[in-house]
Amino acid sequence: MEPVPTPLHASLRPTSILEGERGDRALTDALMEAVWTRRGRGWWALFLPCAALTGLLLVAITVTLSVGIGSWGNNIPVAWGFGIINFVWWIGIGHAGTLISAILLLFQAQWRTSINRFAEAMTLFAVMCAGLFPLLHMGRSWLAYWLFPYPATTGMWPQFRSPLTWDVFAISTYLTVSFLFWYLGLVPDLATLRDASPTRRQRVLYGIFALGWRGSARQWRDHRAAYLLLAGLATPLVVSVHTIVSWDFAVALVPGWHSTIFPPYFVAGAVFSGFAMVLTLIIPARRVLGLERVVTLRHLENMTKVILATGWMVTYGYLVEAFMAWYSGDEYELSALANRAFGPYAPFFWLLLACNCLVPQTFWSKRLRTNLVWVWIASVLVNVGMWLERFVIVVVSLHRDFVPSSWRMYAPTWVDLALFAGTMGLFGCGFLLFLRFVPAVSATEVKELAHELDEADQHEEARP
Amino acid sequence: MTGAWIMGSFPTPHAVVTAARALRRRGHADLDTYSPFPLEETDEALGLSRSPMPLVVAGCAFTGAASGYLLQWYCNAVSYPINVGGRPLHSAPSFAPITFELAILFGGLGAFFGLLALLRLPRLHHPVFEAPGFTRATVDRYWISAFTRDAAARAELEAALQALGADEVAVVEGPAP
Repeated sequence: MEPVPTPLHASLRPTSILEGERGDRALTDALMEAVWTRRGRGWWALFLPCAALTGLLLVAITVTLSVGIGSWGNNIPVAWGFGIINFVWWIGIGHAGTLISAILLLFQAQWRTSINRFAEAMTLFAVMCAGLFPLLHMGRSWLAYWLFPYPATTGMWPQFRSPLTWDVFAISTYLTVSFLFWYLGLVPDLATLRDASPTRRQRVLYGIFALGWRGSARQWRDHRAAYLLLAGLATPLVVSVHTIVSWDFAVALVPGWHSTIFPPYFVAGAVFSGFAMVLTLIIPARRVLGLERVVTLRHLENMTKVILATGWMVTYGYLVEAFMAWYSGDEYELSALANRAFGPYAPFFWLLLACNCLVPQTFWSKRLRTNLVWVWIASVLVNVGMWLERFVIVVVSLHRDFVPSSWRMYAPTWVDLALFAGTMGLFGCGFLLFLRFVPAVSATEVKELAHELDEADQHEEARP
Repeated sequence: MTGAWIMGSFPTPHAVVTAARALRRRGHADLDTYSPFPLEETDEALGLSRSPMPLVVAGCAFTGAASGYLLQWYCNAVSYPINVGGRPLHSAPSFAPITFELAILFGGLGAFFGLLALLRLPRLHHPVFEAPGFTRATVDRYWISAFTRDAAARAELEAALQALGADEVAVVEGPAP
């Protein structure tokens, strides 16, 4: 018997991932427009404060290098303070970019197309900010090359059994591969910019960065293969990077750190905070750049669903941590747990639970998922919660360890605060320059998607 | 040695793929198409072989893994043995993370620089850029090119492209692909 096709009622179809006119020219013009038009007051109003914060960052770096890390708040027993909190926080934010661009590409999730470049740029700048902290934390940053194995006259080599050495390789590989992936995806769009340039200067500049891309069938064949392979490499990479970051803690014997749940729980937390950061940035940006037709409500809603799912994974991590502390029967583990919940830093702990476990639960409601003001507020709260989580892990575990006589409280100094605020400025500057000079959404991939959707529509119409 | 690039533009992906098939059936070699985004059917229409990229990347990734492991073994077990908590000097499990990271790093660099080498990029100038209107090949036009040194084939290709409904036909002198 012939199967009877059921016509899909329009109301049952999900909101489109591409709205409005789908012509090649119209899409190209719409996506490239932000690059050609002069930045208005709004852009400068954002850029100048970010540049000022970057200036503050330079001041704080100068103080750190000339005075030494004695200018920071950390000391024994809290030897890891803001430096490591901010490092882990920034790295985690970066992970959503790789997840969106690589993992969703391999899963052929079409909705990634409109947001991948945006998220990848976020990854790049976040990893740059993250990398600054361990570099400065070394104290004598100009000797950073000691971390790498090179034939030194001393005859010494790095100690490869330490997670801190693994970190050096993980972070530098992550930055390199993220950059290559982002740039490779950008080359065809740079060629479009070259060909659509209104002035000769722009044509020459974009032409150089486009590397002479012609879009020939042979070039596409190898480009597509290389891009997919990079995605395939980036997917395990992103998992390995945060796993190694979590080993920095889990391999130590400190109560509250020495736990096997750390790797998966850190990776889930990274994805959680990264998606929140994409939402924080993209909700205003799509409005200002007029990208509403390309970055639709459907994209934002999908991201809130990812946040809801990873929020539960993080919650599971908290539950397992508490359970294992109780189940171990170890008095140091139990006291670390009690100190988190009822010690001097207890408000941070409860606030982190509220931000990371309760706030995402509002995303069960479709009305709240599509209320952009709430989604934006919630995404900021999730990032606050994730920062607090790292604070609780780093500071609260260290400030009261085994011997009560060595217990000390921790407070950041102005240099710590200036460094953190400064990296936000650096991130903001990088991101605003990215929005200024290259299309925030891949015109190439959106045009490809538009043709695929057109074909699917024709197929749909052809059915009886 | 130079020859002629005969080029035609089409408004849709379907039209350029049809043109590529038609020209190939007539026995023309050295064909290529140009499009703003990758077209599914061009590999088959132009008879392109599979991309060698996976082999390049696999080779680089294995090199990275092997050199990463050897490096750690040589440093920590041979050249400068460090006793950490009585663990064996050659402790494979703790060498795993960096072995993996270097496999990814070499693979990633291989994918990027391997691609540039295969495509002979950067090459900022190419004969096809001389065709008037070719700038739209990265925006909303689908071009096809055929290279020949034979004057008769050149006239035949021009006529064939006109017959296939090309919007613009251009001939550019230039070196062979």
